[in-house]
Amino acid sequence: MPPETATAPAAAPAAGTPGERSQARARAARNHAFLVHGTRVVLLVGLLALWEGLARAAVIDPFNFSMPSKIWDQITQWTVHGTPQGPLWEQVWYTLYEALLGWVIGVLGGVVLGIALGRIRFLADVLGPYIKVLNALPRIVLAPIFLIWFGLGPASKVASAVVLVFFPVFFNAFQGAREVDRNLVANSRILGASNRQVTLQVVIPAATSWIFTSLHVSFGFALIGAIVGEYIGATKGLGLLVSASQGTFNAAGVYAAMVILAVVALLAEGLLAFLEKRLFRWKPADTGDAR
Amino acid sequence: MNSHTSPAIELRGASKTFRTPSGGLHTAVRDLDLTVGRGEFVAVVGPTGCGKSTTLTLVSGLTEPTEGEVLVAGEPVRGIGDKVGFVFQQDAVFPWRTVLSNVMAGPRFRGVPKAEARERAREWLGRVGLAAFEDRYPHQLSGGQRKRVALAATFVNDPEILLMDEPFSALDVQTRALMSDELLDLWAGTGASVVFVTHDLEESIALADKVVVMTAGPATVKEVFAIDLPRPRRVESVRLEPRFIEIYREIWSSLGEEVRITRERGTADAA
Repeated sequence: MPPETATAPAAAPAAGTPGERSQARARAARNHAFLVHGTRVVLLVGLLALWEGLARAAVIDPFNFSMPSKIWDQITQWTVHGTPQGPLWEQVWYTLYEALLGWVIGVLGGVVLGIALGRIRFLADVLGPYIKVLNALPRIVLAPIFLIWFGLGPASKVASAVVLVFFPVFFNAFQGAREVDRNLVANSRILGASNRQVTLQVVIPAATSWIFTSLHVSFGFALIGAIVGEYIGATKGLGLLVSASQGTFNAAGVYAAMVILAVVALLAEGLLAFLEKRLFRWKPADTGDAR
Repeated sequence: MNSHTSPAIELRGASKTFRTPSGGLHTAVRDLDLTVGRGEFVAVVGPTGCGKSTTLTLVSGLTEPTEGEVLVAGEPVRGIGDKVGFVFQQDAVFPWRTVLSNVMAGPRFRGVPKAEARERAREWLGRVGLAAFEDRYPHQLSGGQRKRVALAATFVNDPEILLMDEPFSALDVQTRALMSDELLDLWAGTGASVVFVTHDLEESIALADKVVVMTAGPATVKEVFAIDLPRPRRVESVRLEPRFIEIYREIWSSLGEEVRITRERGTADAA
């Protein structure tokens, strides 16, 4: 058959002693990675040591700024003996639960409405201005209102997470649905796709990369929503831990809660990145491997 | 029923006017009369941007004429029919579907059961020489291979009418000649009527039974030339025949003038 159907086997090593050369290259890459990681660790340790030293030498006020060793003590104490509000895992779980639930609801709402408005012009024309107004509102001010409406329990935190998550996801889904390659849509119509099939099998897959970029950002927003909600008033959660520590002038407690939060957020982020990789197998890899 | 005797495609005084973003009106096609017989291969040549593609979208039902009539098999076109296949200039394969799934898309959209659709898709993939590539994603293929996927995806629907909008213009010269030959082979077995839009006169003569020369935009038919070269043809060798060169010279004298007009307008716009 035609010559260009044969994809060349990944370029055979050129001349000379290929084994040696690739080994040298691998070694150089390892050295580079080692250097980068090493510098990172040194930077972190240096900063922490500086903080600790300055606080111990009372150059900065240890009462306000605390110090790494105290923060570490606080974390271990919470882990081992529990927090004033109950065991630490329970606080983490509450925050995570509220954030996750809010995130899922916000994402579903955002995607469905975004795609719907992206596909149905009439809806977009009618609802467009309202959505713009709602988006212009600094939505974090809704948190106290939700507290009044839904009480101290998780519901008010979920609600503030939902409003924070909804908009970025909505706008990305909307944009994604709008910017689907016209050729692709025309082609699928010619091939016989109905409106429904175009939406489900062309528009949604084409918009997924748009939607996914917003998922990363929006999970952060969900956490913010949950934390702020807890901070304003709650019975459980990491935000409560922050506000309680603040209320008792426990600076180390505030930092400790922050560290825990950061770890939780990073883990969630890692999980998302993993899912994305599985879902986007059809995309060309970023690293131009041999092509 | 007159659908057995009527020509495959008929445009009668068709015009298409677009509203430009700046609010003006742009006439892409004006008063176009064109007839394509059953099983006929018609190539449409004209200067770049003259409205050739619009003609195809009118026949496909993707757009409606502002004036005039478009008939397919004797029936006026209302919306997108199931008789039509369309190969686009740009890649129009679904990047998130594998090669096999891309070719299955048409039959699946039309409600063919999965197993049967897969069987038919495999058959067409074999014919375009991509049987070994069915699990690949489009980004893993070359431009020529992607075009083959697009051809298979179109042919698998058994179109009676095949519309092609400069399908090979993005390919390199060798691949292009190869694809033209393959297209002729694929088409020979189907009896479909083809409208092939191109700005490459050589390509059009090598492929077609009839070459239609369009005027500089707004497009309308200027002249129609019958190509009496015998079939089966091989694109690379038919180009060297004296008769080919004769036809080429004859059509170019008509087309060249329109190209010149377009070019002059272009420079006038730029000035």
